[in-house]
Amino acid sequence: MDLVQIFLNGLVLGTLYACIAVGFSLVWGVLNIINMLHGSLIILGGYLTFFAWHYLGINPILSLPFVAVILFSLGFVLQYLFINKVVTEPVLTTLTLTFGLDMILYNIMTVYFTATPRRVTLDLGTVSLLEIVMPVDRLLGMVLALVLTAMLYIVMRGSRIGRAIVAVRMDNQAAALMGIRVNQIYAITFGIGALMAGAAGTIFAMVFPVTTNLTGAFLGKAFVICVIGGLGSVPGALVGGIALGIIESFSGFLLGPQHAITVGFVLMLLLLLVKPTGLVGKRGYE
Amino acid sequence: MSELLRLAGVSKSFGGIHAVSKVSFGLKKGEIVGMIGPNGAGKTTLVNLITGVHSLSTGKVVFEGHDVSRQRPFEAARRGIARTFQIVQPFPSMTVFENVAAGSLFGGGSNIAKAIERTEEELAFVGLNDIRDIPAASLTLPNRKRLELAKSLAMSPKLLLLDEVNAGLNTGEIEGAMNLIRQIAARGITILIIEHLMKVLLSVSERVLVLHHGEMLAEGKPDEIVQDQRVIEAYLGAKFAGRMTARKS
Amino acid sequence: MMRRYQPFGFVLFVFWCAALLITPMWADNYVVRIAITMAMFSAMALSWNFIGGFVGYPSFSTAAFFGIGCYIGALAQRADAPMVASWLIATIVVAAFAAALGAIILRLKGHYFAIGSIAIVELTRLITSSWSSVTGGGNGLNVPLLGGSPDEVSAFVLYVMTVVMIAAFIVTFLVDRSRLGFGFRCIHQNEDAADMVGIDTTRYKVLAFTLSALFCGTVGAVYASWVGYIDPTDTFSILLTVKVPVMVLLGGAGTLFGPVVGAVGFVFLEEVFWANFLEWNRAILGFIIVFLIFFLPNGLLRIDYKRLLRKRTGTVTGAAKS
Repeated sequence: MDLVQIFLNGLVLGTLYACIAVGFSLVWGVLNIINMLHGSLIILGGYLTFFAWHYLGINPILSLPFVAVILFSLGFVLQYLFINKVVTEPVLTTLTLTFGLDMILYNIMTVYFTATPRRVTLDLGTVSLLEIVMPVDRLLGMVLALVLTAMLYIVMRGSRIGRAIVAVRMDNQAAALMGIRVNQIYAITFGIGALMAGAAGTIFAMVFPVTTNLTGAFLGKAFVICVIGGLGSVPGALVGGIALGIIESFSGFLLGPQHAITVGFVLMLLLLLVKPTGLVGKRGYE
Repeated sequence: MSELLRLAGVSKSFGGIHAVSKVSFGLKKGEIVGMIGPNGAGKTTLVNLITGVHSLSTGKVVFEGHDVSRQRPFEAARRGIARTFQIVQPFPSMTVFENVAAGSLFGGGSNIAKAIERTEEELAFVGLNDIRDIPAASLTLPNRKRLELAKSLAMSPKLLLLDEVNAGLNTGEIEGAMNLIRQIAARGITILIIEHLMKVLLSVSERVLVLHHGEMLAEGKPDEIVQDQRVIEAYLGAKFAGRMTARKS
Repeated sequence: MMRRYQPFGFVLFVFWCAALLITPMWADNYVVRIAITMAMFSAMALSWNFIGGFVGYPSFSTAAFFGIGCYIGALAQRADAPMVASWLIATIVVAAFAAALGAIILRLKGHYFAIGSIAIVELTRLITSSWSSVTGGGNGLNVPLLGGSPDEVSAFVLYVMTVVMIAAFIVTFLVDRSRLGFGFRCIHQNEDAADMVGIDTTRYKVLAFTLSALFCGTVGAVYASWVGYIDPTDTFSILLTVKVPVMVLLGGAGTLFGPVVGAVGFVFLEEVFWANFLEWNRAILGFIIVFLIFFLPNGLLRIDYKRLLRKRTGTVTGAAKS
């Protein structure tokens, strides 16, 4: 296979990965919480999109905003009711709590939705240029992923909510003294994280089959991307996602697909030891 | 009198910032030496270098004749170098007794029975005996400082580095602290005390080192230092220093 | 270290061990199996307590140690090594692995350490799955079966697991009252101060991490001998690696008896719910965890029961305990 093709495959995959990770990175960077629910939220988004398409005939791009709203609300409620109570606790507590909540969500999904792989097949064909072949649905996915990521970046930089979130991340006590309702911001941030997860799931479902068996894999990728790219920043997730996509693409070609994931993990471990703040990242929390 | 500690050409840079530049001095056994300098002069960095918290960029640290430039903090502790922190660092949920015992058990290298004995001694010395069973986190600030001192003393140190031990204390408390320090020196422990309250430092030190922008500016007896032109300039600035000398003459 | 120990706890523990050991005499295989599970997880919980409870580093590597123990034990037995020797070999290999790994990974703190420790589980699972020539890969590995009737086998495994649990408990006790245990707790309270007071924190942490792995390796090897067949997904299970810390949290991290209380309680709850609500057992586990975090944050053994009782009877005496 052509090296350029492998590179481009990785690039396109990488933008999807970036979308997966950006919500996770935000929650970790701002709330200092490792959100074990992230993988399940992605699959939930994918499933909802599929059901809308399969049973209601709604185009996934149209259902994206609705999925986003549903997931945002879910995330907001989870944070407000449960996670806010433990935000200041040590890692063991927060990680275990999100893990427990995830087990509940996961179980609900496997019982009511089952683990059948589902994919929205849009049959858009492929496009080829100079011997490089790319399925159109993947390109579409890439575009959507970039658009979403860009939108999040703009929101974080330009809107009041975005600024408030950054302020809380930097110093939540000072932010509170300036009138920011920190608990609300936490809930909004988590909601945004869930929203991005759901959106990523929607995009993914257009390109690959999604199933609850993949929740762990997605979560694992989110970890790796955050360590590669750095925490709490949108550019970091983008860099990390694309890097992982390209690395996986080449590893898959050189070592075989089953080892592609291992390479990602080994890289993450090495980075943790050498430069845990990642390629782009600011000093995260410990 | 033999030399306990010698620094030779010690420097430390963090990226582009030269925190400490070519500092050299020696401490003789049993001395009380003061170190002053404005904020950011590199005093705490120097203490960190002596205790092995930071590695040296250049130079040597020699303790009791051994080159200890590359030691780790716990090795420094076991060799007999103890330090206090500007912002006290206790073991918060442990009792006062346990905190002090830690010093003896590890730095002092005692077994459990001996550690209990040493803890009793030092608690009595600093006056914390009555509250030995309360958790360190609930102590008042002056008592926390005493705890820090007791913990360091329990390590049976030869050299005690006191980093801004008076921060946050009122005048009466400071006097009490200084008395305690004189008593510690009387036990034969060499003391390097970092302060930026001039009056306090001058009253207790036999010798004073002045640090400025990471460099050793001056060194000498307290009354010499106070008259030293460079020191006056560093603290007051050239203009005022000029006025002061003009007024004198 | 300087605490006086209440004999009550020890007496209860001895009774509990005895209760476990006589189970095969009166109960059927199903109950014996539960007893084995309780002993097994008690041993692993006691192990985790060293790094997670005493030193306070949130390790999620338990499944890696258990899994390696399973596979080394299985491979040794398949190479015709005597069974007990295989268990010992597995224990030593896992301990060496933890010591080597610990030196590297314990430089990380907090979240990064947690993630690094989970990554280890994933990595060991992936390596085991891929290295099919040695480990049988995804197809799993068969272990020579223990001779004897199912009842005899179960009873034997129960005795062994209980012995391992007792060994883990004894080590916990010795550490708790020694300078080592005191050092562990100092590191937990304030690692920088621990450094300055003369504790070789790196060595102590590696020791704690190794202790946290040791007994998991033994348990893994015995488990492999018991079930006769192992595969990567069941042994290097993320579920297991999270359950064990939860058990310790349930009982009380950093306490002497907490891990055992938590493990027994958790396994009991799991059996009750699993037996009756098979489809929902994950969600129920999730609920247990959520409940635990909100209502029992310090574990069962750290609740001030006296104060609770005072409140119920309406008398409030004296100042609140610290």
